[in-house]
Amino acid sequence: MSQLITTPRLVEAGTSNTSHIGKPTSRVEGPAKVTGTAKYSAEFNVPDMLYGYVVTSPITKGRITKINTEPVLALAGVVQIFSHENVPSLAWFDRSYKDDVAPGGSPFRPLHDNEIKFNMQPVALVVAETFEVARYAASVLEIEYAEDKFDTNIDLKRDEGHEPGSGKTGFMPPPPPRGNPNDALKNATHRIEGEYIHGAQHHNPMEMFATTVEYHPDGKITAYDKTQGVYNVQQYITKIFGLSKDQARVVNHYMGGGFGSGLRPQYQVFLAVLAALELKQSVRVSLTRQQMFSFGHRPHTLQYLKMGTNPDGTLAALHHHALHETSRFEEYTENVVNWSGMLYQCENVKLGYQVAELDVYTPLDMRAPGAATGSFGLEVAMDEMAYAAGIDPLDFRIRNYAEQDQNMKKPFSSKKLRECYHEGATRFGWDKRTPEPRSMREGNQLIGWGMAGGVWDASMQKAAAKATFTADGKLLVQSAAGENGTGTYTIMTQIAAETLGLPIEAVTFELGDTNMPEAPVQGGSWTAASVGSAVKNVCTDIGEKLLKLAQKMEGSPLKGASIDDVHFADGQIRLSANPSEAVVVRDILAASGEEKLEAETSAMPNLIKQQPYSMHSHNAVFAEVRVDEDLGTVHVTRVVNAVAAGRILNTKTARSQVLGSVVWGISMALMEETVMDHTFGRYMNHNYAEYHIPVNADIHDIDVIFVEEEDDKVNPLGVKGIGEVGMLGVAAAITNAVYHATGKRVRELPIYMDKLL
Amino acid sequence: MNSFTYTSATAVDAAVREKSTNSKAAFVAGGTNLLDLMKENVERPTRLIGLNKLSDLATIENNPEGGLRLGALATNADTAWHPEVEKRYPLLSQTILAGASPQLRNMATNGGNLMQRTRCYYFYDLATPCNKREPGSGCSALNGFNRIHAILGASEHCIATYPSDMAVALAALEATVRVSGPQGERTIAFADFHRLPGDHPEIDNTLETGELITALDLPAQGFEKNFTYLKLRDRTSYAFAVVSVAVGLELEGNVIKEARIALGGVAHKPWRVVAVEETLRGATATEDNFREAATALLRDAQGYGSNNFKIELAKRAVVRALKQATEMNQPLDANAFLNSNP
Ligand SMILES: Cc1cc2nc3c(=O)[nH]c(=O)nc-3n(C[C@H](O)[C@H](O)[C@H](O)COP(=O)(O)OP(=O)(O)OC[C@H]3O[C@@H](n4cnc5c(N)ncnc54)[C@H](O)[C@@H]3O)c2cc1C
Ligand code: SF4
Repeated sequence: MSQLITTPRLVEAGTSNTSHIGKPTSRVEGPAKVTGTAKYSAEFNVPDMLYGYVVTSPITKGRITKINTEPVLALAGVVQIFSHENVPSLAWFDRSYKDDVAPGGSPFRPLHDNEIKFNMQPVALVVAETFEVARYAASVLEIEYAEDKFDTNIDLKRDEGHEPGSGKTGFMPPPPPRGNPNDALKNATHRIEGEYIHGAQHHNPMEMFATTVEYHPDGKITAYDKTQGVYNVQQYITKIFGLSKDQARVVNHYMGGGFGSGLRPQYQVFLAVLAALELKQSVRVSLTRQQMFSFGHRPHTLQYLKMGTNPDGTLAALHHHALHETSRFEEYTENVVNWSGMLYQCENVKLGYQVAELDVYTPLDMRAPGAATGSFGLEVAMDEMAYAAGIDPLDFRIRNYAEQDQNMKKPFSSKKLRECYHEGATRFGWDKRTPEPRSMREGNQLIGWGMAGGVWDASMQKAAAKATFTADGKLLVQSAAGENGTGTYTIMTQIAAETLGLPIEAVTFELGDTNMPEAPVQGGSWTAASVGSAVKNVCTDIGEKLLKLAQKMEGSPLKGASIDDVHFADGQIRLSANPSEAVVVRDILAASGEEKLEAETSAMPNLIKQQPYSMHSHNAVFAEVRVDEDLGTVHVTRVVNAVAAGRILNTKTARSQVLGSVVWGISMALMEETVMDHTFGRYMNHNYAEYHIPVNADIHDIDVIFVEEEDDKVNPLGVKGIGEVGMLGVAAAITNAVYHATGKRVRELPIYMDKLL
Repeated sequence: MNSFTYTSATAVDAAVREKSTNSKAAFVAGGTNLLDLMKENVERPTRLIGLNKLSDLATIENNPEGGLRLGALATNADTAWHPEVEKRYPLLSQTILAGASPQLRNMATNGGNLMQRTRCYYFYDLATPCNKREPGSGCSALNGFNRIHAILGASEHCIATYPSDMAVALAALEATVRVSGPQGERTIAFADFHRLPGDHPEIDNTLETGELITALDLPAQGFEKNFTYLKLRDRTSYAFAVVSVAVGLELEGNVIKEARIALGGVAHKPWRVVAVEETLRGATATEDNFREAATALLRDAQGYGSNNFKIELAKRAVVRALKQATEMNQPLDANAFLNSNP
């Protein structure tokens, strides 16, 4: 792996031992995780706890006509059964149920009434003294339903899509057409068109959703909840249950993966809080693996693309239309097609985006939502276009390189996609590719090389952090951010340690608790930028306090210096002009007699600075596949992913992020699909045995390149986030490689062997 | 999952007696299939009779026929890695190791493997009708999502496949199943052990009430020179076969003296057609002959929608497997990831 990382410039400390940013620091929470002391939501064993087991609907649409609770309540150990029949009156208005990430519409309210809106809808919670009794009791609870007709098949709704309304935060309706897309297409030298499809996909993090609600004697609760945003959950439950913020603390220290599934409060937190408040006792509710298929998912999406080229191989016209499912009650949106107006230079572009309502649960952001889908359609179509025009696919992309964001008509704050293409291609050996399909083979194995790329938003949200520096030289930094395995603990520790010139060991970063300053939900690849900036600011505040105290010390060499005249390194405050003039940080508090210094502050995006620019990260992916000529089995034997995402804070955790993205891209290309049987409106492969994700044996060489990219506009740290960009184009690169290997153009994922026979 | 009592059996006859007098009792060995089915409420035994203490049934030793006797309670892992199995029945080793995962194979037993139930999605999901789970309720797979379903020997009542890998090799090797029941001991030819669904899809095999599998007898002929297990699946490991083929060949130069071909993932039991194997006897090992045999094997195949592709896939897999066995050009390290999934 190349590590073309810019020299850290947070402090001008040069080569001090406390310059941590950009280093491959190992996960600070690693030991806790591997020794089992890291506790997950279902692992908080509070005294006198009851267990809830969720009963879900076997039908897709209709009404509950009867719940026969009596015989089940009579079972030894069963405490209560909650259903719409006995739920106390809760908040009335939709807005109380809307979480920060909710799309438009009317959020689903668990156990609200007898109506069934989607298959596997939670309809009751059985609470018992043990998990086993609750599970058994749930299995014998008789519920009668009256079924209605339903629609779950997007294929049959092709003509019933509509343009969504305002949608959820972050949704950008596609820009209006530019140029003259219809005529330009008609007059193009070469043209292609095609439909690109993938089915529903579920996040399936390893850890199942669970909430342990601790009920305190004073009636307050602490909810240990699996979530990517503790504040989001807190406001959700306080509004619904009429609690004040100090009555409901929400905690999440660790997550066994989220990938977006924890962005919205899931129904188990509602059910656990409901039961705890009603029974005035602590309650845990954990979902089963099967129930992990009962909520949001990446929507089944149909995309239609048309493209044409000019004689010189530039894009003459580009049309991209997408349609995906949403529920009847909420209008889920994601940005699927906008990227197509931005990734390549083209004067004649028409983008369309529609959703269709079905009797399913509302889809939910899943790693690189919209872009993972859109980049699949766009980048396979680009490959088809390159072949139709007789141009090398990489060459074709470079020929159509976008120097500015044509959607926004703004320059990019930074864009090193050309370097991604170049470094990726060099590492991969793209120049040795013979363009003809089926031209590379080894025995029965057809070998194919394909490439693709993508673009993702570099965003930042408001976030706050608190820091406490104590006389023993230790620094504690806190922010209610989330950590779903991405490396948040580690990079925040690095930023804090570097800002104050401390060793990693002297710094503890804590997160995921509503008793800490607020941070946004962990999504959109904005945590590093948002929380990182808050951490840097709050540490700078501590630094200023330290400087003031240091200046009061006898014979202080720092007298009269401003914060800009000094830097923190190797446990000292040094005069930048003359670093040998320094004060040891640990001595400062002792000299001052103070026990600790505290600061709390927040960071916000500098909108004025950002406004003139379009801010994005980019990547280029090169993939090699081997396809059995007769049997159609596909192996992805090599992937090079070159990413330009601003400054990389930690080359080790960042690389892990991109490795994970590539694995997921392989998964999306070859394996993942939640298959619905439309007779029942039910996902049928709702378990790990039949919903396939790659195993180790499916994963071969993955090479990650971070292309050097400096950006002083996105945020003071210069980071763009790497949680999602790495996934873009992976599925397309593999699909394109399969074409190169076999001459078969697959336009529907996953590429099972059936499609290559 | 319902509540149940558990006892650990210490003797075969006592275990058999208990099982035959209690219709709600079930044997449990590794538990890797039964416990899943109980958690899904597909099976609801109220009494479990643990077999793992029957250490006499966990051995692997020579049998009087010059072959090997595999104890029903020997684990899949111990069987696959047993030096005699590796040497004399490498086909069986390779096949077992193509199944499940190391963790599962460490728990799974040979008896339990034969008895494992279909992976049909509808069978596992109480929200949908299924004749195998609830006779007379209907077969949801027939007009539903049936990618993993049968193309041979199915009935209008059930199109499920039997998922075991190991059994495909055992069919090719013509193993014998030894059982102990209320009426004493008996043996069942492997081909007669699993049954086709017909009118009674709820019955997977010909084991009688109370009968316990004690061992599997392998005949002397192990096809250790020319064999292959080709497993086609949706990922490289830890997935059931979409289609699999076990082949054992005895060759004299380029002439086939004896051929065994068993298919997995295509029917309610490992699929063999002895008549087709006979046509190969005395034939030369050429691709044309292989293709002819493959076509004959799949002559009566029928697709049900999502599984139509399996007919062509199975033919190609048979040809490939026969070629691989003839040429022995496959990596034989059973742990080579690509070995059975080229
Ligand atoms: C995720 C997953 C993936 C898998 N993948 C594969 C695969 O790729 N290929 C494959 O072949 N298998 C696969 N398996 C299945 C696995 O091989 C079986 O579950 C295992 O072989 C069953 O053995 P066991 O000892 O655990 O049986 P148990 O679960 O203990 O029992 C299964 C059944 O056999 C009965 N039984 C057990 N022993 C006896 C006996 N001696 N006599 C009579 N009845 C008996 C039990 O009563 C029960 O009905 C997979 C399983 C899982 C969970
Ligand atoms: S194929 Fe067999 S097991 Fe599957 S639903 Fe039909 S009857 Fe049940």
